[in-house]
Parts: sequence; C-alpha cells; structure tokens
Amino acid sequence: MDGKTSEKNIRLLVMIKKITLIVLFFAFVQQPDGLAQRNAIRIIEVPELEELIQAEQGKLKVINFWATWCKPCIKELPYFVEAQKKFPDVEFIFVSLDFAENESKVQAFSKKKGLDKSKMYLIDDLDYNSWIDKVSPDWSGAIPGTLIVSMNGKDFYEKEFHSGELEELIRKKNKK
Amino acid sequence: MKNYLILGLVLLFSVAFTANKNGYAVGDIATDFSLKNVNGEMVSLKDYEDAKGYIVIFTCNTCPYSIAYEDRIIALQSKYAEQGFPVIAINPNDDKKSPKDSFEKMKVRAKEKMFNFPYVYDETQEVTKAYGATNTPHVYVLDAKRTVKYIGAIDNNTKSAADADKKYVEDAVNALLAGKEVPVEKTKAIGCTIKWAL
Repeated sequence: MDGKTSEKNIRLLVMIKKITLIVLFFAFVQQPDGLAQRNAIRIIEVPELEELIQAEQGKLKVINFWATWCKPCIKELPYFVEAQKKFPDVEFIFVSLDFAENESKVQAFSKKKGLDKSKMYLIDDLDYNSWIDKVSPDWSGAIPGTLIVSMNGKDFYEKEFHSGELEELIRKKNKK
Repeated sequence: MKNYLILGLVLLFSVAFTANKNGYAVGDIATDFSLKNVNGEMVSLKDYEDAKGYIVIFTCNTCPYSIAYEDRIIALQSKYAEQGFPVIAINPNDDKKSPKDSFEKMKVRAKEKMFNFPYVYDETQEVTKAYGATNTPHVYVLDAKRTVKYIGAIDNNTKSAADADKKYVEDAVNALLAGKEVPVEKTKAIGCTIKWAL
C-alpha cells in the first residue's frame, strides 16, 4: 500500500465520521420535535372512515367531525379535550373535513388545541353525498357533528356541544 | 267514531310536527316569502311573473363553502335566469351569532362579488325554518307552482367546479326545462351549520 492510497483512506474515514456526526446530530435534534407531535394526522378515504366508525366490543367511541374553518367546531373542541382526560377508556377520534392540501395547517392547529394526543384523520373525499349517509342518515352534512358509537348502536349529534354536555352524555352512555 | 277522530287528530299533529321539524321534502309546496334584498327592495317569488321555477339558495358571507360556491351561483343565474329559473340567495344566519353575516356586510359582499341575483336576508329565520335548510350552501329547486323538485348541493366538488362530475342543480333545472323527471332529487353536502338566534 503506498502513501497516496492510505492518505485517501484516511480522508475517506474522516468524511464518513463527519457524515455520521451530521446524521446523528439531525437525528438528535429531530427527536424532541417528533415526540412533541405525538400523533400525525392521517389522510384517509371512505373505506377507512367506515372502519373507524365500526362498533368495537366493550368500547365507547366518540368521533368528532370538524374543520379549521368551522367556528362552532373550534369552540367545542376544548370540551372534547377535557372529556378525554376524564374518560381514558373512551376512544376519541377527530376527523377533519379540511381539504387535504391544508394538512399542515390542520396539524399545527391540532397541536395548538391539544388534539394531537388523540387519533386524528382527514377525510379526503369531496363527493360528500356519496358518504355522509354512511356516517349517519341523521347527518345533514353541517358541522360540527359528533358520532357516538357503542355496541348499543350509533347516535349522531348535529350540534355544538357546550360545557359539561358531552361529559354528561358519555356518562349516560357508559351506564348502558 | 270518537276513537277515529282522536286517531285522526294525532296523525294530523304528528304530520304537522314532522313537517315543521324537518322542513320540506321533495314534492312539498314551498312557501313564498317577502325578504329584503341588498338593494333595499323586497323580493318575493310571485314577483317573477314568467318564471318556470326558482333556484332558492341558502348561503352566507362567512362560510368558506359558501364562498367557494359564489362564482358557481353567479354562473347559475347567468345561465338559467333568462330561461325562466332565477336564482334567489337567502342569508339565513343570525347577525348576533355571526356579525359578519349582517345585512350591511351582505351589501358589501354582494358589491365586491357583483352578485347578479337578489341576495336577501331572512332576519327572523322563519323562511329558513319552513324550508328546513340546515347548512350553507343549501339549494332548493322549485317548479313554477313552488313544488320542491330538488334539495341539496350545487355539485359534488366544493373545491373545484372543474372537478365536479355531478352537477346536481343544473341537472335538475335542465330536466325541468325539458319536462322530464329530476334525476337526483336529494343530496347531502358538508357545509357550515346555520347560525340560529339564541
């Protein structure tokens, strides 16, 4: 092995070391951010939505339909976040009706409102008439709307919940 | 006999109650109204003497889905008013609950967008309740006798008119103009809930 080759090898080694350091640095820096985000929003289509609203044995599901542009939706969100803390056994699911292109806006907004500890989805299907009835025949399509699913059945609430109302409803449903 | 009378009364009440709760279904006769337009004049359906029908649209200033459809509502009026199907847009929202939907703000929006159709305010929300509108935009296509022929969305793509492959309102009006049955009589769409007075 001549001097030139070994010099090359050393240079290569140093470069690999540098790259590893840079990669490690970014991995490290990225991590806290990744942890803080907890859940990322998932973009779904109708078949997945249908799965989400299926009843599951021994579980009460609260599925809220909302959008960043819907004022009454935003007003009621804190009650959902609060209820979620009080009822850890209830599954809370948030389905955004924002356009898919606004995903990052929805993500940022969810984080601000504390939804990011829940399951978050964005339904990417604008042919609303083809799927609103699949969620509930009782839903006109106006939001806010909330579907509560248990083995006893599905109930749709086309309304804005006010302080305490949602918790009372969950308590009632849990008793059944 | 007495039993039948009571039964009849109960039936009558239940029918009246459901009609009131749910608003109109296809086939019902819709009420006329007299509501104030942004130009200060009162607008009624009976003012349109030669109308073959009406495109009544509940919409507002503030709902992004209403805004997304403004140009399409203008286009409906351009296309169908002269064929005998004028557009009448009704803002159903309470202005205390939604201040940007006030009559003054309606005037501003109508001017900005150069609305070519009357944009009237249902201040008491009685017309909205009678029709049973739930969200904005929400369309009722009526024939000349004010029979409800179609209830629902304008088309099946809120984001982009070009991507909509089902134009429900146009299909309904075209069918009525041709003396045919309306192909799709009722649809649902995501929209903003109507802001009811407390």
